[in-house]
Amino acid sequence: MPVQPSLATKWILSLVLLLWAATALADQPSIPDTLQQRIAACTSCHGTHGEGSPGDGFFPRLAGKPAAYLALQLQNFQRGLRKYAPMEYTVRQLSPAYMHEIADYFAAQQVPYERKPVPALAPAMLQRGQQLVTSGDPSLQVPPCQACHGKQLTGTEPSVPGLVGLPYDYLSAQLGSWRTGTRASAASDCMATIANRLTPADITAVAAWLASHEVPPDTHPQPAGSITPPLHCGVLETRGGGA
Amino acid sequence: MKSLRLLWIPCVLAIVLLAVWWWLGHRRPAAAANEDPAVAAMLKDPAVIAQGKYLALAGDCVSCHTAQGGQPYAGGRALPTPFGSIPAPNITPDPDTGLGRWRFDDFWRALHTGVGHDGELLYPAFSYTAFTKVTHDDALAIFAYLQSLPPVRQARQPLGLRFPYNVRSALAAWRTVYFKPGVYRPDSRQSAAWNRGAYLVQGLGHCNECHAARDLWGGVSAPAPLSGGQIPAQDWYAPDLSTQANGALHGWSAQDIVDLLKTGQSAKGVALGPMADIVANSTQHLSDDDLQAIAQYLQSLPSRPQAAVAPAAFDSKPLADRGEDIYTHRCMDCHGRNGEGVAGVYPPLDGNVSVLEPTGINAMRAVLLGGFAPVTATNARPYSMPPFAQQLNDADVAAVVSYIRQAWSNRAPLVLERDVIKYRRTPTD
Repeated sequence: MPVQPSLATKWILSLVLLLWAATALADQPSIPDTLQQRIAACTSCHGTHGEGSPGDGFFPRLAGKPAAYLALQLQNFQRGLRKYAPMEYTVRQLSPAYMHEIADYFAAQQVPYERKPVPALAPAMLQRGQQLVTSGDPSLQVPPCQACHGKQLTGTEPSVPGLVGLPYDYLSAQLGSWRTGTRASAASDCMATIANRLTPADITAVAAWLASHEVPPDTHPQPAGSITPPLHCGVLETRGGGA
Repeated sequence: MKSLRLLWIPCVLAIVLLAVWWWLGHRRPAAAANEDPAVAAMLKDPAVIAQGKYLALAGDCVSCHTAQGGQPYAGGRALPTPFGSIPAPNITPDPDTGLGRWRFDDFWRALHTGVGHDGELLYPAFSYTAFTKVTHDDALAIFAYLQSLPPVRQARQPLGLRFPYNVRSALAAWRTVYFKPGVYRPDSRQSAAWNRGAYLVQGLGHCNECHAARDLWGGVSAPAPLSGGQIPAQDWYAPDLSTQANGALHGWSAQDIVDLLKTGQSAKGVALGPMADIVANSTQHLSDDDLQAIAQYLQSLPSRPQAAVAPAAFDSKPLADRGEDIYTHRCMDCHGRNGEGVAGVYPPLDGNVSVLEPTGINAMRAVLLGGFAPVTATNARPYSMPPFAQQLNDADVAAVVSYIRQAWSNRAPLVLERDVIKYRRTPTD
């Protein structure tokens, strides 16, 4: 007949095991096996939840942007369509699956927006910015930003990014990059077309207005299929585009 | 005046001679004869093609012969050298811009002797100094694989070499000094595995192209093979690979070497910079037998002379104190109080070859760039390190790198602020 261990023995055994496990864990810093921990290279600039760098820091918010947009940007950095050496270096080897997982992580983050500092500009300049965002400029053949980036400028699923809550420096740098070809998208590259139709002063105006624009209460992107692009846009016509 | 008028005679003669010389140099060989039937049959054999694919991976052909975002093997990547850039050619079988009109003999001549399709001497950015050791059968398999790829039409980029390096004929002199053609000859005193490892390391793997010092003329002139060297124009240091006394891999077991090549990291450290790309594109795909063979060969490399570390010419205590402070706040959570790292997650820094290499370049760049460990089949979602280029100034980087290089059992020379300035640029190629 098998010997049953007494209750006391069982207790002592569990206690010893517990103590042993505790000391084993205390030996090493405990590193959580989470995606957040794995992507320290991303979060050190973009924030733990993709909130972007604080204040007027350059690094853009990623939280809540459409996942397909974020994944596409990682791919564009990898392929050299977007030129920014630190990003190109960091993502150069990531697999499509890992990039999608990282994009999904940031797309799912919901963190409050922060009001960004903007340069002091004349009211006429900000008015010009608002005009470009809400009505565009037919004389320059520039459509309003709202036409694709959403009525609330929170983006459109799955691949049009929101424009609210981004730093002035980042917004104006992106429009500049489209003019110099250091940021590009699938042909035909409608954002390159639009950026080249704007004047340099228009870029300042639109970036400043967007950066100072109040973030709406609901920051979710508009649903897919809710926009009719005013220009021929390669990125919206690929599978899973926004149109 | 008559004498001047007669000058046209030597002028015309010179032009005629130049034209003849040009024609002799540039004439295409008579219409390419058909491939030898036995060779042609092998080029179509799926088993040969599969073997060629494996060997092309072992040689990491794709890394140089693919542009950023481009089609694999279609060329276009400009390889940076101290003499200017050299575009890697398209090696897909496109008839006009790739190897479509090549016969195996042409390929063999390029790989084995560094001579191109039209008889031109090839620049040794194409590592024929190592590929010459590849056997005829292996070369045939690689050619069969390359010819089986979908042809991609992509014209050759112009050569970016400066004068006088763009004068190809000067390569004849270079070759007499640095190039010795010849297939690998097995050492009968060694095991089959050792010979396989030596063949892969010295030949297709072309490890010595980076892991040995180069001289003023870009030739490998290191006193010993695989004894480490700075990679020109790319600014990384490829460390010594000896595991014996005073070797940079001293203390590495065969399993450590296999782990690093297979997964991108071992108990001793993580592959970074160009080696991270090599692990991802090449060595992770090698069979366990081949990796063990490579490890066995590397473990047989001889011990190295002891390097004397000159004491700092200034009082380095303030630098080390500042470095320790930065280490405690920014590095210790992952790399540990004693630089021991976290097994399987974050590399140890105590005794780490990337920390201790003689120049300090790798440690400075690791701090500045951060980044992910190599993405491999066994480590598909690697952990990463934050880039500190945005957060630390040059003096801070110098301090923390100097501290790490002298903390615990580490004894490597300090780095200075002026060293950090040189390597702050982020490499994208």
